[in-house]
Amino acid sequence: MAIDQRGSDLHPGISPRMTPILWLDMAFRRSLPGLFTLVAVIVLSAPLGVPGQAEILFGVTLGSVFFWSVMRPAAMPALAVFAIGLLMDLLGFLPLGLVVLVLLLAHAIAITARFSLSQMNFLALWAIFALIALGGSALEWALISAFSLRLMAPGPALFQAGLAMGLYPLLSVLFVWTNRTIVSPVQT
Amino acid sequence: MIPLSIPLRQALGKLLLPLMIVLACLMIALGQADRPLAEHARMRVSDVLAPAYRLTRVPGVRARAILAELSTMGRMAQENARLRADNAEMRRWYQVAVTLANENEQLKASLHWIPDAVPTFVSGLAVRDAGGLYARAILLMVGGHNGAAIGDVAFDGNGLVGRVTEVGERSARVLLITDSSSRIPVQLASSHAEAIMAGDNTDHPRVIFYPQDNRPIEGERVLTGDRIDHVPAGLPIGTIHYPRPGQPVVQPLADLSRLGVVRLFDYGLSSVGSPQAPGRVARPPLPQPGLPPLLGRG
Repeated sequence: MAIDQRGSDLHPGISPRMTPILWLDMAFRRSLPGLFTLVAVIVLSAPLGVPGQAEILFGVTLGSVFFWSVMRPAAMPALAVFAIGLLMDLLGFLPLGLVVLVLLLAHAIAITARFSLSQMNFLALWAIFALIALGGSALEWALISAFSLRLMAPGPALFQAGLAMGLYPLLSVLFVWTNRTIVSPVQT
Repeated sequence: MIPLSIPLRQALGKLLLPLMIVLACLMIALGQADRPLAEHARMRVSDVLAPAYRLTRVPGVRARAILAELSTMGRMAQENARLRADNAEMRRWYQVAVTLANENEQLKASLHWIPDAVPTFVSGLAVRDAGGLYARAILLMVGGHNGAAIGDVAFDGNGLVGRVTEVGERSARVLLITDSSSRIPVQLASSHAEAIMAGDNTDHPRVIFYPQDNRPIEGERVLTGDRIDHVPAGLPIGTIHYPRPGQPVVQPLADLSRLGVVRLFDYGLSSVGSPQAPGRVARPPLPQPGLPPLLGRG
């Protein structure tokens, strides 16, 4: 490749020739968030003996879907969100489609309010995410209660929401770094 | 790829998300309406991923062994002394066990005892925590190929773990006794009461429906009751504990948070029924296609 990708994007209008290797490179960079989340789903459903593993998994996937939907929707399309949710549903024991619905709703909120969300500072974004985590867990709790025809204890759902809120800053640090270095390096 | 105009492509892109949300709702409805279909899909995915989980398990087991070794390294002398004492105690119990086994054999011989059928079992590695919010289950690396069947009873080295609820070709899902939908009839060893052990998604299942004039005693053993299909009475489950007065729970003997090898027993008791009562009016046999009708049963 004669022209370096990083340099070329600084001059709009001049783009490198689309070689297969460059195309692969870009496709990989773009699909990294989705791949990371899929791998996280598989690894975190292995018997690691970590306490609260199922809740950590929910926090990681919801945080990942929300962050990338706000920061770089091209790297987290609706199809990827659907695939992640479906895998979680098939690996878990909850009513089928529940996690898909929760993740898609979080994605929809993030996409529709994207322009105001991406200009917020971190604390405001965190607060929005906390509301989404709470709402998602409440929806899961309500649907599970409805399907099993008895009121489930709200404790586990609240714990799951709390853990998701607590995990988000850590995930955020990791994702901001990933975004800068790998997913969209030219914007820095 | 079909060439589409840019406005059309944008319109399709905007439609995709609502369409998927509708699809998710449909999937929830379908999963509720046709549970076997959902479970079948789950077992197919589990079958495909089971070998991968075996791989993820190896480093975990290795790391845990190294950590355990490091933590005991510091107090080696203490540990040795404790083991020697344990060994002496074990030897004494071994003699007791041999004596009792001999005595048992003699008594059974003089009673012309018909021995119980030896249950067949398969052993499998617990490869995945297949639970989630409001569910406690594990996935085992044995399936229909190896002879696992729905309703088998799962034990680890110490006590009851749960029951098999779904079986794929290479994997089986075990619903743990701590799951909130698990209800197991139990008998209490010292107070001789019967009760129900009900899981509630915590580590300690509750004991409910015990007789009010014969309450469970702290520390007594909890055994399987005689009212479960496929399961003989008297298998060890755990011990009674009162974390709060008036609320007995079971401390399972099985280490449910760190399950390794789990054995699935097939006791084959499903055909045990009540004998036919003589003198009762015989019901006409149900018509069965392809079989000659049976007359005068019972």
